[in-house]
Amino acid sequence: MTTEMRRTQTIPRAPTSMQINPIPQAPSELGEHGQIEITIDGQAAQVPYGTTILEAARSIGIRIPTLCHHPDLCVAGVCRICVVEVAGQRNLQASCAYPITAPLQIQTHTRAVRTARRHILDLMLTNHYGDCYACWRNRNCELQTLAEEYGVDWFRFGHVKQPIYPIDASSHAVVRDMNKCILCRRCVRTCIDLQEVGALEAIRRGADTVISTFADKPLSEVVCIGCGQCINRCPTGALQANDPTDEVWHAIDDPNKHVVLQTAPSPRAAIGECFGQAPGKALTGELNTALHFCGFDRVFDTNFAADLTILEEATELLIRLRKALADHVPVSLPQFTSCSPGWVKYLEHFYPEMIPNLSSAKSPQQMFGTVIKTYYAKVHGIDPSQVVTVALMPCSAKKFECNRPEMHDSGHKDVDYGLTTREMAAMIKEAGIDLPAMKPSGFDDPFGTATGSGVVFGATGGVMEAALRTAIELVTGDKVERLFQHANITPVRGMAGVRYAEVTIDKVGPVPDLLKKHFTSFDFLLGQTLKVGIAHGTANAKKVLEDIKAGGKFASCHFIEFMACPGGCLGGGGQPIPTSPEIRAARAKAIYAEDRGAAVRKSHENPDVLKIYREFLTDGPCGEQAHHLLHTHYTPRGKFIV
Amino acid sequence: MTATPLDILLGSDVPAEAGLHKAAGLPAQKIIDEVRESGLRGRGGAGFPTATKWQLARDAAGTMKFVVCNADEGEPGTFKDRVLLTDRADLVFEGMTLAARAIGASHGIVYLRGEYRYLRPHLESVLVRRRAEGLLGATILGVAGFDFDIEIHMGAGAYVCGEETALIESLEGHRGEPRNRPPFPVNTGFFDQPTIVNNVETLALAARIVDRGGAWFARFGTPGSRGYKLFSVSGDCQRPGVYELPMGTKVLELLELVGGEDAKAVQVGGASGRCVGRAEFDRSLCFEDLATGGAVMVIGPGRDMLQVARNFLEFFVEESCGQCTPCRSGNVALLEGVELLQAGRCSMAHLHELKALGDTMRLTAKCGLGQSSPQAFLSIIEQFADEVLGQQPRA
Repeated sequence: MTTEMRRTQTIPRAPTSMQINPIPQAPSELGEHGQIEITIDGQAAQVPYGTTILEAARSIGIRIPTLCHHPDLCVAGVCRICVVEVAGQRNLQASCAYPITAPLQIQTHTRAVRTARRHILDLMLTNHYGDCYACWRNRNCELQTLAEEYGVDWFRFGHVKQPIYPIDASSHAVVRDMNKCILCRRCVRTCIDLQEVGALEAIRRGADTVISTFADKPLSEVVCIGCGQCINRCPTGALQANDPTDEVWHAIDDPNKHVVLQTAPSPRAAIGECFGQAPGKALTGELNTALHFCGFDRVFDTNFAADLTILEEATELLIRLRKALADHVPVSLPQFTSCSPGWVKYLEHFYPEMIPNLSSAKSPQQMFGTVIKTYYAKVHGIDPSQVVTVALMPCSAKKFECNRPEMHDSGHKDVDYGLTTREMAAMIKEAGIDLPAMKPSGFDDPFGTATGSGVVFGATGGVMEAALRTAIELVTGDKVERLFQHANITPVRGMAGVRYAEVTIDKVGPVPDLLKKHFTSFDFLLGQTLKVGIAHGTANAKKVLEDIKAGGKFASCHFIEFMACPGGCLGGGGQPIPTSPEIRAARAKAIYAEDRGAAVRKSHENPDVLKIYREFLTDGPCGEQAHHLLHTHYTPRGKFIV
Repeated sequence: MTATPLDILLGSDVPAEAGLHKAAGLPAQKIIDEVRESGLRGRGGAGFPTATKWQLARDAAGTMKFVVCNADEGEPGTFKDRVLLTDRADLVFEGMTLAARAIGASHGIVYLRGEYRYLRPHLESVLVRRRAEGLLGATILGVAGFDFDIEIHMGAGAYVCGEETALIESLEGHRGEPRNRPPFPVNTGFFDQPTIVNNVETLALAARIVDRGGAWFARFGTPGSRGYKLFSVSGDCQRPGVYELPMGTKVLELLELVGGEDAKAVQVGGASGRCVGRAEFDRSLCFEDLATGGAVMVIGPGRDMLQVARNFLEFFVEESCGQCTPCRSGNVALLEGVELLQAGRCSMAHLHELKALGDTMRLTAKCGLGQSSPQAFLSIIEQFADEVLGQQPRA
């Protein structure tokens, strides 16, 4: 009986010890939205039944320190730094994990509380190896901040002198240094709850407890998708991305190397946060100038490749639809987007049987790498072996992606290095550049035109919006603005974890020249309702995939956008720390503002993209050459790595 | 097993199934009322009023309710539940069954300590017999709607799984780690359903109480701790064993009974308990004074008290679940402090800090294990200050 109950719990959620148990229903006399009277530090307040003490305190402007608490995650109640005194209770209570269900009198900084917090910090520091000035999180570390706030002036219970654990740098995406870990288990909860990957868990017991992988293996040998969401939520320097900054500097310093940088839209929407700016202000032009100052020979906009991706992916979708609706041959639908490398690896591990649904189009980063080392090198007469391509990405999985063995279609490693937003901010600081003070400049030619469609790739729903703008116009021969004001396809926008939208194709136009190779007419689409889905965060992706397997609403979709990270690329594992729903919403605002201001907003109208199809990929989207250079294949990985 | 004049659990004349037969004829609420009248408090050590726990579970909303028997007897120095499970398994299952009737549960689980694996065949055979006799299964004793069965779940050797919420986590198939409270298992226990977790002895006593009546049980013991209690006596004494004694028995009385009058100290309550020196031997074993789940360890005159403290702290360093900071790292800091004291190199300032740290651990640890882990250390420092501070400095 109980074994059966255990078996039915198939969702790998964080154990209930890492949550607040469901509280009993509010007593009826309180009503459905019953308010409870409390006082915190003498200040009276009314809070809804079930509010935690921490939330209640924050709502009236009282700050309680936290470490294991994170706005994106379930409550753990393990660090105990947030303890407060509750009148009538023998022990101090963890405010993050204490739901208010009765009137309480709370004090947040009594002598006992202050002493306890200081002791807890002292205890954390006993095992926290390393010196702050030699840590990549120096001045952006929650432990360091609290140590300062609580006046830690010496290590009263000792301090570890030697590292205990070897650093695991086996993964291209995430480097783990457990010597700095304070066991707050945010990474565990991120991996299990937010992403439903479950690569990390606490192992062993008592003082030997450590966060580790399956069978304590290196991260590269376990099921990790490299999304880096754990890095973004680590309060200390225990987790970081695999940092190739030194190699990049080395390439810049080498006069024989032609170093080309491509920058994705999300880093520039967030990099200002590394320079003390409030989230939500893009520094695109300033960043271009700074990157030139750093010594990059060319600075290109990944949006060019994003537009290329849209043309390839939209064409691929139309071909699949033609096969299904006109040719009546078996074809894998819905088509899944393939630009998020964390998502791609998730699918390869957990749903390898659905790989045929994945678009074969490479991600913008990899398309651009190939184009630079072929088309660009050829046009400019540069030896591609001397070209170093660096990708500035909001992502740690992109580092894994550029190291995939199949990514050598140019005859060289298509993208040499992937840098995160954080690493680029560090390079810019190292070069002595005050980024916000830079005079804005544009991107270099020949890929100087950026479209708004490329920009919105950074936000969840952006790829779908860009693809729809292009697909609708190519198919109907009419402006997308006819259906959506200002070409803002708002039904696919937003932050809901799973979204669904429909567009009815009420007219078809003549087949544009670009696609004549694949289509004689679009009549097969007339009257069809194009159904699309969007999911961000792999936990949400899992919901959609399970729905497809069960034959639900998403099984009848034609195209689904998946992003591994909550919020899409703007919440990527390479973005500035900290992260929260509010910060991600602010970054999304910056991205949509850049789209609004773009001169060209549709991928198929990008003159540089059209030029490359005229001059180089002459048989058009999804043609022979495009297939060789811009498309890829995937590896079924499964859940067990031998 | 040593019998004393009045035996509630261990006597040879304990009648079979008398409590259950009575319970089957009583409305469920009456069972709880009887237990409330007895004043029975949890025998695992925490001493929570049993009737209150049952009432909360009975009143809680849930699709299914559970009775869990905590047989993860892991407290160092405790072995009375082993005796009950060996010799009085029927009484324990009887108690679970009437508890199930009281709260409206249909499923019971015995969480059996990993080291007691050898008892499992015996317990399973008792369960099989009880099912055959109509004491388990559907329509128990012919009472319509009285359906209840028991399964045995093996622990795997973690001390912390004796903590009720960690036990439930373990039952659900997770790492054995205590949950956040409130809310409590009586509302959201096993798979979020109302669950009572009771000690083996508590359940056995409940069966006797329903048989003899709450008033009978309440005659014994002290005002705050009614009835008799099993004590597991071990250490430097002539007659170690399990004793059934009234609550409120003085430490010295017990020492005389077991032949340990010359003891230097007594550790009451196992590793998580308190160490009392000779000056406190007139204190009573009961919830108002020296609370214990039954472990009484006699520490003879030749023992080194720092070594005693060290032994307990080493235990907690290992057995902390590792979840919360005060317990995981606090015990290490205390252990290092004891090592300094043993080497005669601990300053008074540092000792003062360690005491304060012990208080912090008591106040802030997530569960009872962490909250009680510094107790032995703190009580030894307090009561044996001369010995503790009198070490010759060593390199």
